[in-house]
Amino acid sequence: MDWFPLGKVSDVPLGGGRYVDTPAGQIAVLRNEEGELFAVHNRCPHRGGPLSEGFVSGKTVFCPLHNWQIDLERGEALPPDQGCVKTFPLKTEGEEIWLGLSEAQP
Amino acid sequence: MAKKARLVVIGNGMAGIRTVEELLKMAPDLYEITVFGDEPHPNYNRILLTPVLAGEMRLEETILNDHDWYAEHGITLRTGSPVAKIDRVRRKVITEQGETVPYDRILIATGAAAALAPIPGKDLPGVYSYRDMRDVEALTQVSAEGGEAVIIGAGLLGLEVAHGLNARGMQVTVVHRRAWPLDKQLDARGGAMLQQAMEARGIRFLLERESAAVLGTDRVEGLQFQDGSSIPARIVVMTVGIRPRIALAKDAGLACEQGILVSDTLQTYDPRIYAVGECVQHRGMTYGLVAPLFEQAKVAANHLAEYGRMRYEGSVTSTKLKVTGIELFSAGDFLGGEDTEELTLLDAHQGIYKKVVLQNSKIKGILLYGDTSIGPWLFEHLRQESDISTMRDHLLFGETHLGDAGHSGASQAARLPDSAEICGCNGVSKGQIVHAIREGLFTVEEVRKCTKASASCGSCTGLVEQLLMSTLGGVYDGSARKKAICACTDYTHQEVRDAIRKEKLLSVRETFRFLGWRNPGGCASCRPAVNYYVRAAWPAEGKDDPSARFINERAHANIQKDGTYSVVPRIYGGVTTPAELKRIAEVAERHAVPMVKFTGGQRLDLLGVAKEKLPVIWAELDMPSGHAYGKALRTVKSCVGKEFCRFGVQDSTQLAIDLEKNLERMWAPHKVKLAASGCPRNCAESTIKDVGVIGVDSGWEIYVGGNGGMKVRAADLLTKVKTEAEVIEISKAFLQMYREDAQYLERTAPWVERVGLERIKARVVDDLEQRKALAQALDFAIAQEKDPWAEAVAGRLDIHAGPLRRISA
Ligand SMILES: Cc1cc2nc3c(=O)[nH]c(=O)nc-3n(C[C@H](O)[C@H](O)[C@H](O)COP(=O)(O)OP(=O)(O)OC[C@H]3O[C@@H](n4cnc5c(N)ncnc54)[C@H](O)[C@@H]3O)c2cc1C
Ligand code: SF4
Ligand code: FES
Repeated sequence: MDWFPLGKVSDVPLGGGRYVDTPAGQIAVLRNEEGELFAVHNRCPHRGGPLSEGFVSGKTVFCPLHNWQIDLERGEALPPDQGCVKTFPLKTEGEEIWLGLSEAQP
Repeated sequence: MAKKARLVVIGNGMAGIRTVEELLKMAPDLYEITVFGDEPHPNYNRILLTPVLAGEMRLEETILNDHDWYAEHGITLRTGSPVAKIDRVRRKVITEQGETVPYDRILIATGAAAALAPIPGKDLPGVYSYRDMRDVEALTQVSAEGGEAVIIGAGLLGLEVAHGLNARGMQVTVVHRRAWPLDKQLDARGGAMLQQAMEARGIRFLLERESAAVLGTDRVEGLQFQDGSSIPARIVVMTVGIRPRIALAKDAGLACEQGILVSDTLQTYDPRIYAVGECVQHRGMTYGLVAPLFEQAKVAANHLAEYGRMRYEGSVTSTKLKVTGIELFSAGDFLGGEDTEELTLLDAHQGIYKKVVLQNSKIKGILLYGDTSIGPWLFEHLRQESDISTMRDHLLFGETHLGDAGHSGASQAARLPDSAEICGCNGVSKGQIVHAIREGLFTVEEVRKCTKASASCGSCTGLVEQLLMSTLGGVYDGSARKKAICACTDYTHQEVRDAIRKEKLLSVRETFRFLGWRNPGGCASCRPAVNYYVRAAWPAEGKDDPSARFINERAHANIQKDGTYSVVPRIYGGVTTPAELKRIAEVAERHAVPMVKFTGGQRLDLLGVAKEKLPVIWAELDMPSGHAYGKALRTVKSCVGKEFCRFGVQDSTQLAIDLEKNLERMWAPHKVKLAASGCPRNCAESTIKDVGVIGVDSGWEIYVGGNGGMKVRAADLLTKVKTEAEVIEISKAFLQMYREDAQYLERTAPWVERVGLERIKARVVDDLEQRKALAQALDFAIAQEKDPWAEAVAGRLDIHAGPLRRISA
């Protein structure tokens, strides 16, 4: 697992997100109202909507295209929808966010 | 891994693929599936062919399962490849092209073919049937040249094709052997009303006429009747019935009568072979509507999935006619007989006719024309065979007429029992929809997607909307609970607005905290609503929270389905200059913008722009945002007006420009569209706009509450004024009242209906002081807003256009 610095926590809006371009595709970095951070593939399992543009609330992101709701810890769509999206590890050191990507990923 | 069983589906149509969908839900990995289709397309929604023919929809929009869908589910699809033979001994199917595929199970879903009237000349070029995309494409092409179209048969299909060809500009005559159109769905009175409505659109009827021959030598020239008379025709369309396609099954030795005989488990004579759809005959019945076929699909899938639990016991069907603007619902025995009674209501003036046939206090038949809102409710009682003696005196008004203050039946759906069927096509009950909404759906599209309700013919969209309204609001099954904004709180929209005003709550977070939101982060429903309420109440001090705005309003551009954006610069009144056009063209060219298109509101749209490029494109365009993405003032559409038009009596372009300059940057509960026409010919379509003005000799007429979208509503005349200044002031006052009063996401059309025109008139027309105060309040709110594109270009607004970081390999 390699760790990459992404920028400052405050670069990610509360209740929203940003995206990161990586060899494993676009990854959404999301931050809820409490300041908790999550990283998932930036592709909604429904029709590929950019999750980085959705509303984040609690552990859920609401996809901006058709409002599917995705649980950010498990990477799974909430029922009745079905589908999943890959999650990625994040850590913070001070103000800096780090994203973990494993070699095999791309 | 054990080898999967092989399922061959013959017929790539609505019933067959629905069965496959149901099967995949239950047993995604049980079969290796191969689908053969005669038509060259993936599965499309046949019942939407008429909207396509009428030019109301595009062919692509009817696709139900695109090629990707088949690929994703590992289904082999062979389009344009009819099956010629089923070899039951060797368990193989053989296609016309000679391909051989072994099977363990077969699903036959070959549908039906259009029947032709057995008269001389039926094979002449220019004679069409109406069944598939090819027919629609051919009819679309031939109708482009206009001329006379003669339709034989005034059933559902006949009337739909008549409507479509009429919309395409042909002169349409419908010939029918019975005394009124739709005689299987309507009685004489209903038929007469329908005939009248269609005649008013220019469609002619020749009734009680028996066709004898299609005339013409090398192509159609006319149609002759048995009495010897004839009429000219450029084309003839035959809609005289359908024939189940059973040849394949018959040749394979499966028992057939009218259709392929199936048991209650949808199995044919050979238990390995299932059949569903229009090609089957079950307990003596064949069906030609999707609702029963989808019920069959469910049962067949259940058995194919080896659950083996369900039985299909036949269906009671109801019909609707999909001709835009004509509402019709019928079910059961609506003609009645010796031992039945009838309840009827006739309002010829409004074009409403309702009839319920009763027998022993039970509903036996329903016929509704003009207002079909109570159709599902009555149909439910018909199916349940409930005793209606206690509601007999108000049966024809639905359950809500008592104490209903004209809220256009919003609670009609709320009071239906959970088992009531809302979507007849897909057999979706109210309970299923409400359940899905409570799980977190907010729009008709989402309900459509998750439950399939309203996904087929769309005529239940209104009911689905009502359910969304009542469910999201918290009123369930008539209990007296008030309508909360969403599941995050118990407060209503109005209560939240009042609190924001009274307690001076200046942000979404503050409001959530003050009102003790259950979900501290809110949801996709309450966040944008509360943000709007804060901004509307406190235009200067309230904090606009970008994280509470939909992506479009945050990026100040419209997100498209592939994640790119569209850019629509403001062009006041739709009037531009050569220099401006050149600049737009150059920007589009420089950035290789994939598509440049005029919008429905007369503006230019640059489509397919990556988010990262938005700021530079805005900088180079150097034009204000057109707000085409916002719950905001969109455009003021204009016609040519008196400056150039020979009919014009007022300068509509100038007024459109002035209105747009006065109202740009106005946020609202929903999008707002205006139009100005220079004379009563109304070329700018002012009567389907939120605010529309029409020039008359003595000044201007102002219309409000019109809508041209999913639910068309003609605007109401608000007042007539002399000067442009009055038009502008009254428009502002009206819009400010709407901004202050309407719920978030409520368009002016339903709002005007809810509040009532009189109350609006009293404030924005009659009371000069209030009018002025409202207009000033709007001016103040707009003055607080800056052009977002200019702000972004100047670096004062960050739309997070680029990635947080780029990590390269
Ligand atoms: C214009 C129009 C409007 C309609 N409107 C409504 C409506 O509003 N409401 C409603 O409920 N119903 C409506 N219907 C009826 C509805 O579309 C049909 O009931 C439904 O499509 C039947 O489904 P199916 O799968 O049985 O047949 P289809 O949808 O016709 O599918 C059968 C498919 O099998 C293919 N096929 C046939 N033989 C073979 C073979 N040997 N090998 C391979 N493929 C083969 C056919 O080409 C066809 O694609 C409408 C129909 C039309 C034509
Ligand atoms: S509405 Fe009247 S003035 Fe405007 S273009 Fe049409 S005919 Fe001319
Ligand atoms: S793409 Fe995410 S909900 Fe449709």
